[in-house]
Amino acid sequence: MDNMTLIATASIVTAGLTIALGSIGPALGEGRAVATALSSLAQQPDAATTITRTLFVGLAMIESVAIYCFVVSMILIFANPFWNHVIAQTAGK
Amino acid sequence: MRLSPDEMIFWQHGFLKLNGTIVFTWGLMFVLAIGSKLITRNLSTELKRSRWQNLLEIVVTGIEKQIEDVGLRHPKRYIGFLGTLFLFVALASLCTVIPGYEPPTGSLSTTAALALCVFVAVPFFGIEEQGLVGYLKSYVEPTIIMMPFNIISELSRTLALAVRLFGNMMSGSMILAILLTITPFIFPIAMSALGLLTGMVQAYIFSILAAVYIAAATRGRKARPERMQDINA
Repeated sequence: MDNMTLIATASIVTAGLTIALGSIGPALGEGRAVATALSSLAQQPDAATTITRTLFVGLAMIESVAIYCFVVSMILIFANPFWNHVIAQTAGK
Repeated sequence: MRLSPDEMIFWQHGFLKLNGTIVFTWGLMFVLAIGSKLITRNLSTELKRSRWQNLLEIVVTGIEKQIEDVGLRHPKRYIGFLGTLFLFVALASLCTVIPGYEPPTGSLSTTAALALCVFVAVPFFGIEEQGLVGYLKSYVEPTIIMMPFNIISELSRTLALAVRLFGNMMSGSMILAILLTITPFIFPIAMSALGLLTGMVQAYIFSILAAVYIAAATRGRKARPERMQDINA
């Protein structure tokens, strides 16, 4: 395998692994957060606005971890710096 | 496949480029500025008022109440900044129903600019409220050992603000583009409706997080014990 094939293979496999492994943790965390918020909503419906706002902000915080993984995998696929470097080298030859 | 509206070039002359991000940002700015100018041109305090004035009043009082709920005591002082952030991000994602439009918040440069605005505004409001010494004291808050961590958190949350908004908006348009090649009939509509919802939630979260950061910077030491009493009472 030459360098380009190696880089392409590594990038694609790593992109898939990144989004697959990186979404496990946030998914579990969001599930726990929503479950706890629902049970506290059932106990105290009066505090609904505060709970909902805190829940949304917290969900965004948790979700951003998954979003980082998504951004990294998108960079690996569509804007890979190593791939661009190799292409620039081959074009310069 | 386009990753961001940066790659959508309308006009180019030398190193000057007019890409999609700039065009759509200026379009949104014109809509927001001229729209609010037109609405506020003839305001009335009577019972009979135009429906546009009603809309604007609902939006402004809603934002004001949200800011107050976060813990900022004088929402009028901050609504110029926080309200603009919310309206811009919300309109940027609402306009995705227009064909040919791509949200400028799907480009990392726009979201980085917005996050940098928050990064500058937090010390600005903090110094305005507590004075320079009082604000700098908040960095050594529990002990002086925590100072590097406080500075790191300031930087990392700016990065998080930018990447979160960018990732959400970019993933929305990316999923639409991928779905259009796989199931091009009904399913993209459902996903774009979900995209509208995500856009509104992200606009809300962006402005609420900015409000929370400003509230943390403006809330001095003296205000904290009375808040504790509020909770205990």
